[in-house]
Amino acid sequence: MSPLRKAYARPLDLRQGRVEMAHGSGGRAMAQLIDELFASRLGSPFPGQGNDAAVLPAAVGRLVVSTDSHVVSPLFFPGGDIGCLSVNGTINDVAVMGATPLYLAASFILEEGFPLADLARIVDSMAQAATAAGVPVVTGDTKVVQQGKGDGVYITTTGVGVVADGDDWSGDRARPGDRIIVSGGIGEHGMAIMAQRESIGFATDIVSDTAPLHGLIAAMRASGADIHVLRDPTRGGVATTLNEIARQSRVGMMLQESALPLQPQVAAACEFLGLDPLYVANEGKLLAIVAGDDADRLLAAMHQHPLGQRAALIGSVHRDAQCFVQMSTCLGGRRIVDWLSSDQLPRIC
Amino acid sequence: MKFIDEFRDRELAGGLAAAIRQAARQQRDYHFMEFCGGHTHAIARYGVSDLLPANVHMIHGPGCPVCVLPIGRIDMAIRLAVDAGVILCSYGDPLRVPASGGLSLLRAKAALGGSGDIRMVYSAADALRLARENPQRQVVFFAIGFETTTPPTAVVIRQAQALGLKNFSVLCCHVLTPAAIASILESPRVRQWGSVRIDGFIGPAHVSTIIGSRPYEFFAAEYRKPVVIAGFEPLDVMQAILMLIGQVNAGRAVVENEFARAVTRDGNRKAQQLVAEVFELRRSFAWRGLGELPYSALRIRRAFADFDAERRFPVSYQAVPDHPACECGAVLRGARRPQDCRIFGSVCTPENPVGSCMVSSEGACAAHYSFGRFADAAVAP
Amino acid sequence: MCLALPCRIVELLPGEQAMVDVAGVGRQISLALVEEVAVGDYVIVHVGYALTRLDADEAQRTLALFAELGQAAVQETRALSA
Repeated sequence: MSPLRKAYARPLDLRQGRVEMAHGSGGRAMAQLIDELFASRLGSPFPGQGNDAAVLPAAVGRLVVSTDSHVVSPLFFPGGDIGCLSVNGTINDVAVMGATPLYLAASFILEEGFPLADLARIVDSMAQAATAAGVPVVTGDTKVVQQGKGDGVYITTTGVGVVADGDDWSGDRARPGDRIIVSGGIGEHGMAIMAQRESIGFATDIVSDTAPLHGLIAAMRASGADIHVLRDPTRGGVATTLNEIARQSRVGMMLQESALPLQPQVAAACEFLGLDPLYVANEGKLLAIVAGDDADRLLAAMHQHPLGQRAALIGSVHRDAQCFVQMSTCLGGRRIVDWLSSDQLPRIC
Repeated sequence: MKFIDEFRDRELAGGLAAAIRQAARQQRDYHFMEFCGGHTHAIARYGVSDLLPANVHMIHGPGCPVCVLPIGRIDMAIRLAVDAGVILCSYGDPLRVPASGGLSLLRAKAALGGSGDIRMVYSAADALRLARENPQRQVVFFAIGFETTTPPTAVVIRQAQALGLKNFSVLCCHVLTPAAIASILESPRVRQWGSVRIDGFIGPAHVSTIIGSRPYEFFAAEYRKPVVIAGFEPLDVMQAILMLIGQVNAGRAVVENEFARAVTRDGNRKAQQLVAEVFELRRSFAWRGLGELPYSALRIRRAFADFDAERRFPVSYQAVPDHPACECGAVLRGARRPQDCRIFGSVCTPENPVGSCMVSSEGACAAHYSFGRFADAAVAP
Repeated sequence: MCLALPCRIVELLPGEQAMVDVAGVGRQISLALVEEVAVGDYVIVHVGYALTRLDADEAQRTLALFAELGQAAVQETRALSA
C-alpha cells in the first residue's frame, strides 16, 4: 500500500494569476488567498490567528473609531496607491480627533479578474504604510464580485484609537479671534490624480501628498497651543473643510490668498483646467484652528516636523451670522470661498 | 507662471486703481459691459470691483457659450447618446446644464450605466482619437463655444476627412460674438429707451486673438460706444476700464486694444480661413435668453456633410422654453443684476440651477453667487 | 470666455504638434492654427491648440505702462492730499 502523499498545494500564481469567484467563497481558495497574499504581508500578530475578529488588549482613554471607503481611480498614481491611501486616510481621521491611532481593520471588495500581481502590490503598500505609521492591520475581510461589478478593488478601512480626557478638538469650537493654519501645500493629491486621467494627461512631477499625520499632530499637541479644531481637508479641498467648520461653529472666516502655500506646478495644472486649488483634494495636510495668541507657537512646532515644514498662517476667524468663508485676493479685493456645488469639472470657458 | 503672475501683481493693481479713481469724474456714473464670461469670472474671482470707485459699474454680458446654449441643443446631444447609442464627447462645461426631462448630460451618463456613452474631453482632438480607437462605434463631438473654440473643431473635421473616417461627426453649436453684441445694442432698452445704460464694452480676449480687433470697429462707429479689448488677467481688465473711462470722458468711441501682446487688428488669418472652409453661417439660431438671432451661428458646409451629426442622425432642434420665473434673458442683456432676480439664491442656486446664468461658473449669476454674494445681506449662505 | 494660457514651446513635434510648458507642467498641443513658431516662443493655448504667438515685447511694454500709469496716479494723489 503506498503511503499517503502529502497533499500538494500549488502556491498562488502572483505573477499571472487573477482573482476568481472562488477566492471569495469561503473555501480553500479563499483561505489560501488570505494566507499567502494578505496575512503574510500584513505581518501583525493578529490576522494569522485565524478568527474573524481580533482580540486586543484593553486601552486607557476614550475610544475613537473611524471608517472610510476608498474607491480612488486610478489605483496607482504618482506618490501612492489605493493601499497606502486607505491606511493613511483612516489613521488621519482618527488622529485629527486628538486620538492616538492604535489598530486598523481592512476589508476588500475584489473584482473577478483583477490581477493578483496588482493586489499583492497594493497589500505590500498597505503593509509598508502601516509599519511606517506604527498602526497594524489586525483583522480584515475579503469578498469577490463578478467581473464588471467592481472597479478592480475597493478598500474599506476602519481605525480605532484612544484619546485622553481633556483634549476636545471639534468642528464646533472655532471662535472669533482664532487663527487658521494649513500644514503645507494644497491641491497636490487631487492634481496628481487628475494628471493621470487619460484625456487630460499632463506631464508633471506632482505627487500625491498621502501621509499619516499622527506624528505631526502629536508634535502640535506637545507645543501646548490651545488648538480648537483640527481637520484634514480631503475631498472638496480646503474650501469645503473650512466651510463645514464655519457652519458648525457658526462663525465667519477671512483668508489671505497670498498666504496659501501652493506648489507652482499645482498652480499651473489648475490654471490649465480652470480649477481652483482651494477645492482640490489633499491627503496629507491638516487645517488647524487655534487660539489667536498661540498661533505663532503652534506654527513653530509644526515647522520642526517633516510634514509641517511649509505650514502657514492663512487666515482668521471672526463673527459672521452668515458663516461666510471670505478671502482677500492676491489683488487686495474680496471674494467668497463658497461651498462646492458639485465636483469641479475642467472647463473651456 | 510667466505672462500670468505679472498681470496679477498687487502693487500694479493698486497703481491702476489710483489711476482709475483719478480719471473717473465724480459727477457721473460709468457703466461698462464686460462681454465675455471669462472677464466676469476674473472680476469676481479677484474681487476687482472692490478696487473700483463706486461710480464705475460693471455689467455682465452674454459671452458665456454655455449660458446661451439653448436647452433644446443639449437635448439633441442627450438623444444622440441615449437613442442613437453614440459615444458623445463633450467639454466639461455643458455636462451639468439641466435639460429637458430632469436630465443633464451627466445625469444621462449615470442613467446609461458605466462610462461608455458620454465622455468628457479636454480637446476636440481627443474626440477624434476616440473615433479612431473605436471604429465600430459612432462618435459625436458636441462642439460649443465662440470663435476661440471654433477653429479647433474645423481642424478635426478636416483631419477626419483626410483620414476618411466613417464614424466621426460633430454636433455644431458654435456661435458668433459680433452677433451677440449687436443684439444687446439693438435691444430697445439700450438703443431707444436708454434704460440699460452701457457706456462702453470690454471686448473678449481670446475670441479677439482669432477674429482680430477689426470686427468691433463697426459697433464703435455705428452705436458710438467705445470698445477696449482686454486680456484675461485682472490687471488687463483694470487697464481696459481706465482706457474706457478715458474715451468716455473725451467723447471718443473707437476700438482700442489692451491685449496687444496677443491681439492684432487682423487676427489669426490661418484660423479664420480654416473656419471659413469648414463652416458657413446659419440664417438664424436660437440663443438662450436672447432669442432668435440672424446670422449668429455656424453650421457645417455641405462639403463636409459626412461629419455633420445633424445630417447623419435623426435629431432636430426643438425649442424648450425657460422656466417662467427665470430672468436670465434680462441678466444676459445687462438689464437686470443677478441679485435682483426673484429666484436668485433661493430657488436658483449652483446646486439647483434654473437658468443658464447659474449653470456655468462664469455665468453672471453663478459668479456673483460663488464669489460676491457676501455683499447681499439678505441671501443666506 | 475662453480659458487659455500662455505656454512656452519646449519642443516641436511632427504632425504640427509641440510640447509646451507652464511652470513645470507639460502638455502636448497642436500647432495647426499658427505659423512659424519656434522653441522658446510663448503661445496662447486653448483646449489643446495654440491660438496665437504671444508677443513678449508687447507684454513687457504693457506691464511697463501699468507701472507708469500707477506711479503717476499715486504721485498725484499724494500731491493732492498734501
